[in-house]
Amino acid sequence: MIALDEIATPTKPERRELATRYDALAKVTGRAKYAAEFPTENVAYAYVVQATIPSGTIASIDQEAASHASGVLSVITPFNTPKLAVPGTVNILQDDKILFSGQPIAIVVARSLLEARQAAKLLRIQYKDQPAKLDFNALLKGARPPKRGGSTRRGDAEASLAKAAVVVDQTYSTPIQNHNPMEPHATIASWDGDKLSVYDATQGISGVQGSLARAFSIPPANVHVQCPYTGGGFGCKGYVWSHTILAALAAKVAQRPVKLVLEREQMFGPVGSRPNTYQHIKLAASPDGKLLLVQHDSTCYTSLISDWVESAAASTEILYASESLTTAHNVVEMNLGMGTWMRAPGEATGSVGLEIALDELAEKLNIDPVQLRLINYAENDPRQGKPWTSKHLRECYSQASDRFGWSKRKAKPGQVREGNKLIGYGMATANYGAGRRPSAAVVRILPNGRLFVGVGTQDIGTGTYTILAQTAADTFNMDPTLVDVKLGDTTLPPSGGSGGSTTAASVCPGVYDAAIQAKLKLAQLAIADSQSPLHGATAEDIHTRDGKLFLKSTPDKSETITTLLARNGNQTIEATATSEMPKDRDSFSSHSWGAIFAEVAVDAHTHMVQVRRMVGTYDIGTLINHTTGTNQLVGGVVWGVSMALHEETLIDTTYGRTINENFAEYHVPVNADIHEIDVTAVGIPDYKFNPLGSRGIGEIGITGAAAAIANAIYNATGKRVRELPITLDKIMQA
Amino acid sequence: MNPFQYQRATSPDEAVHAVSVRGAKFLGGGTNLVDLMKYNVEHPSTLIDVTHVGFDQIATTGTTTIVGAGVRNSDLANHEAIRTNYPLLSQALLSGASPQLRNMATTGGNLMQRTRCYYFMDTAFPACNKRTPGSGCAAIKGFNRIHAILGASGGSEGHTECIATNPSDMSVALAALNATIHVTGPKGKRIIPITDFHRLPGDTPNIDTNLKSDELITAVELPAPKFAKHSYYLKVRDRQSYAFALVSVAAGLEINGNTIRSAGLALGGVAHKPWHSSDAEKSLIGATASSDAFRRAADLAVAGAVPREHNAFKIELAKQSIVRAFTLAAQGVQA
Amino acid sequence: MSPASCTDSLLDLEESLNETPDHPSTPAEIELSRRTFIKTTGFLTAAVATGLPHLADAQDGQTLAITTPQMAQLTLKVNGTSKALTLDTRTSLLDALREHLQLTGSKKGCDHGQCGACTILVDGRRINSCLTLAVTAEGAEITTIEGLAKGDELHPVQASFLEHDGFQCGYCTPGQICSAVALLQEHKHNTLSTVSFETGSTAHPELTDNEIRERMSGNICRCGAYPNIVAAVRHAAKGVRA
Repeated sequence: MIALDEIATPTKPERRELATRYDALAKVTGRAKYAAEFPTENVAYAYVVQATIPSGTIASIDQEAASHASGVLSVITPFNTPKLAVPGTVNILQDDKILFSGQPIAIVVARSLLEARQAAKLLRIQYKDQPAKLDFNALLKGARPPKRGGSTRRGDAEASLAKAAVVVDQTYSTPIQNHNPMEPHATIASWDGDKLSVYDATQGISGVQGSLARAFSIPPANVHVQCPYTGGGFGCKGYVWSHTILAALAAKVAQRPVKLVLEREQMFGPVGSRPNTYQHIKLAASPDGKLLLVQHDSTCYTSLISDWVESAAASTEILYASESLTTAHNVVEMNLGMGTWMRAPGEATGSVGLEIALDELAEKLNIDPVQLRLINYAENDPRQGKPWTSKHLRECYSQASDRFGWSKRKAKPGQVREGNKLIGYGMATANYGAGRRPSAAVVRILPNGRLFVGVGTQDIGTGTYTILAQTAADTFNMDPTLVDVKLGDTTLPPSGGSGGSTTAASVCPGVYDAAIQAKLKLAQLAIADSQSPLHGATAEDIHTRDGKLFLKSTPDKSETITTLLARNGNQTIEATATSEMPKDRDSFSSHSWGAIFAEVAVDAHTHMVQVRRMVGTYDIGTLINHTTGTNQLVGGVVWGVSMALHEETLIDTTYGRTINENFAEYHVPVNADIHEIDVTAVGIPDYKFNPLGSRGIGEIGITGAAAAIANAIYNATGKRVRELPITLDKIMQA
Repeated sequence: MNPFQYQRATSPDEAVHAVSVRGAKFLGGGTNLVDLMKYNVEHPSTLIDVTHVGFDQIATTGTTTIVGAGVRNSDLANHEAIRTNYPLLSQALLSGASPQLRNMATTGGNLMQRTRCYYFMDTAFPACNKRTPGSGCAAIKGFNRIHAILGASGGSEGHTECIATNPSDMSVALAALNATIHVTGPKGKRIIPITDFHRLPGDTPNIDTNLKSDELITAVELPAPKFAKHSYYLKVRDRQSYAFALVSVAAGLEINGNTIRSAGLALGGVAHKPWHSSDAEKSLIGATASSDAFRRAADLAVAGAVPREHNAFKIELAKQSIVRAFTLAAQGVQA
Repeated sequence: MSPASCTDSLLDLEESLNETPDHPSTPAEIELSRRTFIKTTGFLTAAVATGLPHLADAQDGQTLAITTPQMAQLTLKVNGTSKALTLDTRTSLLDALREHLQLTGSKKGCDHGQCGACTILVDGRRINSCLTLAVTAEGAEITTIEGLAKGDELHPVQASFLEHDGFQCGYCTPGQICSAVALLQEHKHNTLSTVSFETGSTAHPELTDNEIRERMSGNICRCGAYPNIVAAVRHAAKGVRA
């Protein structure tokens, strides 16, 4: 038996990219089916009823009228619900407490959605109000450290500060945000005895399986979760929220399959929010720009359901080499829905404060902002001095600034005007941690010569189908269009959630390992087959290319894979594998890096901002597929524009309700807001991180981007807005 | 949404007769009414579909142009007569909503658009004098960045306060163009000047317009074009497209040499109705087209503005936008 | 005050909503049904809004009556095929397609005309099917994403989106494509956008990138694939012109 490494490492397979996304055809024809779209016989519709007060208890729910309304099958409230185990911290009607406005408090099941919604209005709900915590600014002085984590410290902050020549001491803030993938959360649940079948819009089918199993006290094997396509996630579909369990509960009570799709307005609160941040930053430097002290304290809201921290100061620990550093996180308890991961949780918000502060410091020092970052370049991870697996941030700065034309920037703000437009340039560093986890896969070599890849992960729009087809094809040196990929089904080998920029780095090695094992089995079949020209060869000598097996030592000894399999009873070769984590992973630190530059035009009279250009260069290791990878990086940058200028969840401080819980007033960029975005990758593989050399790319695009825009607006106007989003009234009044 | 009966009217008379059923409402493109029904703000018992009554023509007779109430916003904006003679109206229409919504929305329906006040649209807020008269106004002490600075009702009378704004772009242009609204009802036909069509909230913020509930808008009449060469619709908003105005300005100038012969000015996003300023218009007559004259007009247009906690910026923004819109209008329409 | 009359007073508040004072008198039977109808609406709205205790109970039969859907029989012609349906009048065209005709290519993103995911073509014009009542679409030619390709041959706009990777998650894609198909037709007919006015090109606006951006702004893509969408439309436009 040959060790895996021997086949795996000597020659890196050549990479052939799929020219178009694996699932492109399904998506342009409307054939791609999302969770709510699977035909289900006898399906009923469930509607989630939400609390309209932010704090208190439900005194009573009179469901008499609702139960008698047309088409109603079941009404489930905390007063009649079957008891469930509560997985995590979701609200599944198991008690009468109300901790935020919008909290699910009942379910109405009817034969049509229209009837369910209509009947929901007939519920007579009496509340016992309690005082609510709704005003972050008023509550700020009562902030407390979170239950876990909190603060870090290195060096002697006081001493470093004392010798500083220049100090920036400012506060920055970012608002509450909601993910709002285009596809709302949706679940179809059907029971067959104690077996549960679910279509769910999710970033993690395994998590859904586990949570449902726990809630209903059945073995995970009894829960079948499917999700072939997820219409975007960005974090909110990475947690199993109430509605998924409530859909299964409703199906159980109504004794028929139930479809539950959240309304857009139900996406603001009940499925998690990115908490706001209030960041106090102190930067102290010597006259030559060397950072002596970096102090970053961030406070965010947390729900009363569970502590969740938007760890805005975390990436500050690793970004720059400062003599001293302190970071702290605090939370303010509020009657709002839970905080959760949202694209680059921590890094997206933290880079706003830190990278604007650095811009302010650069101006005070009269040092170019890029130069200031180079002066403080972290050669090793500043936390414990560990080496990076790979870091090419210098190349990012230089490549992006060249492509952008940074040298044309006027350091003094307000110098460039084109008609009514004030033009400005800004930049920031981008960064996101690289992680991976074990992931299993099955690879089959089919008698017709095609490959089948199955992984219990899901494609949330990131290109997972595409890169897995390529990974398997590359292992066989074959055309990736000859690979069929199945994802989004818990009967496939388990993987993890699609989040934290870990998917590509995790699932590709799993498929790679399974493909190598399948290839080895194929070689062994040939070796053992007396009719094969490869009979009796060594496995190391057997290679594959374009559907053929051949000997590296004597290339004319070859046959096609289909011939070999046909001769052997048309059998399918199958191998499963689970990727291993590198043994030396604790001796390195792995991050993705980037530099992002922005050009803005600010109207001198209306103060409207147009982001004209964004130019980013990223060090993300191997870019596995240029098409899908670049698209995703661009998407991250678009999120940066959105964060800088548009997005903000507004909470009414009297009623605790989100007042702009819709796409008309919760602004995300429309097409006209996005102009030129130029994204490149340095393209240096990080083989210390994983065998494909690839780190994740899902989050890094948003990091730094908002700060680059804020810095560009300052450069254009001389107005420093430290409170996001930078709406025109803030520029006007700054 | 409550169940309702649907009836497709094939003539104006049939429509007017059908709407006499209590709770009945006319349905145009549905972009606002159906939306509000989904939010449970509107709950008609019957919808009378008036998109098949034959009001889909645009006709020029003599110097005036008559636009049928059923003409879709996109068709109106792109009609040759409108592009040529009333580019201000085209530009305003195209600034609103999205191509899809403009393909649906009708001229009559656009006039009937209700406010986008958050507190009005979400029935879980108990206080909204527009939705539930006498219940109060959650916006006054709430988040009121998008709300009115002019003509709002209120003072100490909590049960009538309302600081909602009218969201239409089209109506703002119509106000600057001095259009009239033709309506028909059981008591016959009448013509309402655009400036009298929408109401200020006064003591009855629940009533948006002076149209009676049994009256049907049949047409919009545009007077002889005066601003065909010099007009601009400037919409200031939180994103570049597909967003409601924080402030919008419909500015039209009739210029002889460098002297202004007449002017049209109306503002959107600042009041319960398109804010038409005769004082500002008059101040421009005989003046030289200059930023001084435009600034004077701007001051007059927003005179008496009352800021709320989050919308004080609108006063200065409106002034700057008026000057800008008139400046662009004076530069002339390029072909 | 008896519970019933108290309820009535709540209801009267509701009733005055958007009604002008001089509302014409109506036949008694309509009045009665209206009262019943209003009653339900009134106390429900109040209860949901404030959690006030209920002051009157509707009779069970009454509840059923006022919540019973008004059904309409209609025929929808979708992608060239006519289908007879019996639908609740409240049904949006989008839900008719997705829930009754199993044409799930058109997507529900917001259900309020605020995102464009539901964009389809009605008589060749792009509209938001979520705000279109199905009953109003009777007699119209409806085209959805499923009806654009000719067999296996993609519509040029579909092919261009595929080639330019004009999507990520794909959920907004059918709406984007339908919108782009209409955009190209509109441009052929020399229509304007706000950009045409900003650039002064109001006679024959060229389909510049900025024109495409503005004209595609009724379709939100949360993944942020806008640059590729613009490239796809730009490329498809060249094909149309050629």
